[in-house]
Parts: sequence; C-alpha cells; structure tokens
Amino acid sequence: MTRILPVLCVLAVVIAVWFAAAVPMNWSQAQALADDNATWTDLAEATQTLGRPLLPTPAQVATEMVATLVGYPVNSPRSLLHHALITAWEASLGFVISLAAGIALAIGIVHVRTLDRTLMPWLVASQAIPVLAIAPMVVVVLGNIGLTGVLPKALIAGWLSFFPIATGMVKGLRSSEVTQRDLLHTYNATPTQIFAKLRWPAALSFLFPAMKVAAPLALVGAIVAELPTGAQAGLGARLLTGSYYGLTLQIWSALLMAAFLAVLAIALVDGAQALLVRARGGRL
Amino acid sequence: MITTLILLISVLTGSAALVLLARNDSRVFRIATPVVFGLLMLWLWQAACVGYHVPFVLLPPPSDIGVAFVTHIPMLAADFRQTVLRAVIPGWLIGSGAGLLAAIALDGSPFLRRGVLPLGSLVSAMPIVGIAPIMVMWFGFDWQSKAAVVVLMTFFPMLVNAGAGLVQTGAMEADLMRTYGAGYRTTLLKLRLPSAMPFVFNALKLNATLALIGAIVAEFFGTPIVGMGFRISTEAARLDLGVVWAEIVVAAAVGTLSFALLSLLERAVTFWHPSYH
Repeated sequence: MTRILPVLCVLAVVIAVWFAAAVPMNWSQAQALADDNATWTDLAEATQTLGRPLLPTPAQVATEMVATLVGYPVNSPRSLLHHALITAWEASLGFVISLAAGIALAIGIVHVRTLDRTLMPWLVASQAIPVLAIAPMVVVVLGNIGLTGVLPKALIAGWLSFFPIATGMVKGLRSSEVTQRDLLHTYNATPTQIFAKLRWPAALSFLFPAMKVAAPLALVGAIVAELPTGAQAGLGARLLTGSYYGLTLQIWSALLMAAFLAVLAIALVDGAQALLVRARGGRL
Repeated sequence: MITTLILLISVLTGSAALVLLARNDSRVFRIATPVVFGLLMLWLWQAACVGYHVPFVLLPPPSDIGVAFVTHIPMLAADFRQTVLRAVIPGWLIGSGAGLLAAIALDGSPFLRRGVLPLGSLVSAMPIVGIAPIMVMWFGFDWQSKAAVVVLMTFFPMLVNAGAGLVQTGAMEADLMRTYGAGYRTTLLKLRLPSAMPFVFNALKLNATLALIGAIVAEFFGTPIVGMGFRISTEAARLDLGVVWAEIVVAAAVGTLSFALLSLLERAVTFWHPSYH
C-alpha cells in the first residue's frame, strides 16, 4: 500500500491537470464554434467535447479507445485492435530475431578472442549512433526488391533491440567468477559443460534486464518503420494518418495503445523472469 | 567470377590478419583491431557493390557515398543546423536540465518520490517518439516542435537516473556531513549532487542518442524543407541513397562525437570515481 498509494495520487493529479489543461488549450476553437451569446461556462463545457480538439480530455480518449477497440471487427482497418495487433506482431517477430542473433553473437564474442576484439568496440559504439535513422531507407529499399509487409518492420524492430541484448548477454556470460570457472576446471568439465552449468545460468540474470530495455525498443522500431510505407497499417500508420488529417483523437488513442503495448511487453518479460525464478528455487 | 575470387581472398587474409592482431594485448593493437575490421568491411562493401554491379538504388558503394557527402556539403550543413543546432542541442539541454531539477525538487518529499519515480521509469520505457504528431500540431512544422519532442524524450531518463543517483550516498558520508553541522543545502551541494554525477552522466549520454532519434523521427511527421530527418525520408523515397547515407554518416558522427565529449567531461567531473583508478 505504501508503494501504490503515492503512485495513485500522482496519477490522479496528472489526470486532473490534463482535464483542466483542455480548457485553455481548446478555448479559442470552442469560441469559434459557439454562438455569440454563449456564456463562459458553456464554452468551458464545449472545450471538453470538441470533435478535433487541440488537446482531447482523458474521457474523450478513453471513449475513442473503447469505441475503436470493440466497435469494429478485428479485421477491419478502422479497428484500433487490428492496428495494435499488427504492430505487436512486427515487434515481437523482430524481438525474437534479435534475441536469437544477440545471444548467438554474445556466445561467439565470449568464446572467440578475435570476435571479442573486433566486434565488441563496434557494439559499444553503436549505442551512440541513432540507428533508427536508417529505418526509412531500409523499408524503401526492401520494398524495391519485393519485400513488403511484416518483414521489413520486423527487421528494423530487431535491429534496434539487438544491441542491448547482445551487450547484456556478453556482460552476463562473463559475470561468472574466475574461481567458479577454475572449480569446474578441476572437475575436468568440458567447455560445453562450463557453458551449460555456469556461464548460461549466470547470464540469465543479465538477459532479463536487457530484454526489458529491448522489448520497448522493438516496439519503437516497428512503429517508426511503419511511417515511410505510406501508412498502410499499424499504430505508426494511425499516428501518421491522424497527423495528416488532424484527427487528434486517433493520434492520442494510438499513442496510448502503444504505451499499453510497451507496458504489456515489460510485464511479459517480468512474468517470464518470475517463472524462471520460481523454477530455480527463488533466485535468478 | 573474378569478384568472387577477390572477395574470398580479402575475407581470408582479412580474418587471418584480425586473428593475429587480436592476439596482442597492447593498447595499439586493441585499437587497431576494430579499425582494421571496419576498413575490411568497407572494402568488402565496395568490392561487392562494384564487382556484382549491385544497383545503386539498393546499396550504393562507399565511394559513391563519399562523393555524395562531398558534393552535398552545403545542404548537409543546412540540415545539421536545422536539426542538431536548433532542435537537438536546445531540447537536450532543456529536457535534461528540467529532469535534473525535477529530481532535486522531488528529493525533499519521500511521498512524491515514491509516486513519481515509478511512473517516470514507466514513461521512459514508452515509445515517446509517438508524441511527435501532437507536438507538430501544437508547435508548428519548424524546429520548435522537434525541440519539444526532444525535451519530452530526454526529461524522464534524466529524472529517473538523477532520482536514483541522489539516494546513492551512504549513511557514513551523511553522518560525517552532520558532524560538520551541514544543513540540507550544503549536504546536497557538497555531497549528494557530486555523488549522483555518474548517474547524471549516464542519463546525459543516453539522452544524447535519444535526442538525435527524437528530432530525426519527429521530422518524418512534417517539417519545412530542411532537416536531417526530412532529407532522409524524402531522399529515401526518391531513391537518392547516396544523400541518405551521407546524412546517416553525419548523424552517426554527431552521436559518437557527443558521446566522446560527454565521456571526457564525465572523467573531469567524476575523477574521484573508483572506475577511473
């Protein structure tokens, strides 16, 4: 309770401020639409229910989200759920690709000295580079050679989430102590056994935090990769068409949906971690 | 045929050279190994593109990217000015500064700290770039809306990191300050802020990349006809990939340069930290 209560209070304040801020933000628009003898209370009320407000109220966004989530069949392009599922599918496909590639590369770096010396500096440097900038080009080029649909977006999503997973795994695979490795040597353990019994279990406690960073990044990658293809489907497309036509409710509901997917992704990683902790008898 | 042979020989000699280089532990070799690897990759890229006649619209060879870079320097400079100097740097300074001030302000009230910091770390994991179309609507097409996106993207990581950094001081140091008769302000300025600096620099470095991403992606949602994100998206659509790659080179250079500068500054400010001894 001492942990939840402050968070709830802050949330309540944020929502109250949001409602209140809609009044000054939408005032001039409400004034333009109202007739001449409208009182200021009428205007304040009107600011809360505009069709294309500058700042929609939380209630409007919630209504719009419910309407577009359950109001249309899932395969309809008007359904928010439809777009959310597409983005989630692209992001999770990319995430799985980067998980496999990142772990494989980390295993290589830890075991092969040449790979360590040549690739590790580049992995570290890549954190300072805005890799997302290549997204439009990759999508357009892949589109040119006939690769459209989910795959280009999944590749961008995977490309973004690859680096935290690879660096986290390298750290994790190296986290076992020399004394422990020496002990296994004295047991005459093969490198494979050392990997399976010591390095890999130790690395998992680094893999999960890395996945918690990587999963939201995959989502960002998928959303941004949806922008350059003329906004066909996905939350990125909802953002872009909303921005073209001034549909603020659509933008806000897509944005909140993306935030919800990010929370869901982190919760899934947390859940997997909790399962692993239980399987290991209470510690990671 | 001849290209395949050249590529094969390059890969073999290159990997042999890398294996030999990686054996040596001295500093020069540690730097030389990744550099040689980078050069080898560039050479393979060039040779494969030219030898196999890879279409320019698929992947231009590095030499063409270099030519595009040199011939477009005035345009690249204008884009750099619009995106980096007008949106990224002010946004990064304001966002990080506000995040730091907010963390210090929260520090006085444990209740607010426990309420805001969990929400802050949740928000910093969210796809905040998506706010770009709203900012474009509020602040117009020019650099102001991009700077606003950058402010929002950099605020929360700094808030969370600085908030965590401010509670890093041990009881021993706090007790020592009390025996000196130091009040809240003195303790904050002389002890807690300095010891939070590794966390603050961590956030500053993270934010440098985030700021670049924020400004570039925000330009995909509408901009005047200048800016790095604008150039990347329109030239990619026109398949003028040389210019796109040149912009990416600029973005990568800005990212690594700011990272390096921040690391130098960090060393100077947190010289006392155990990791530098």
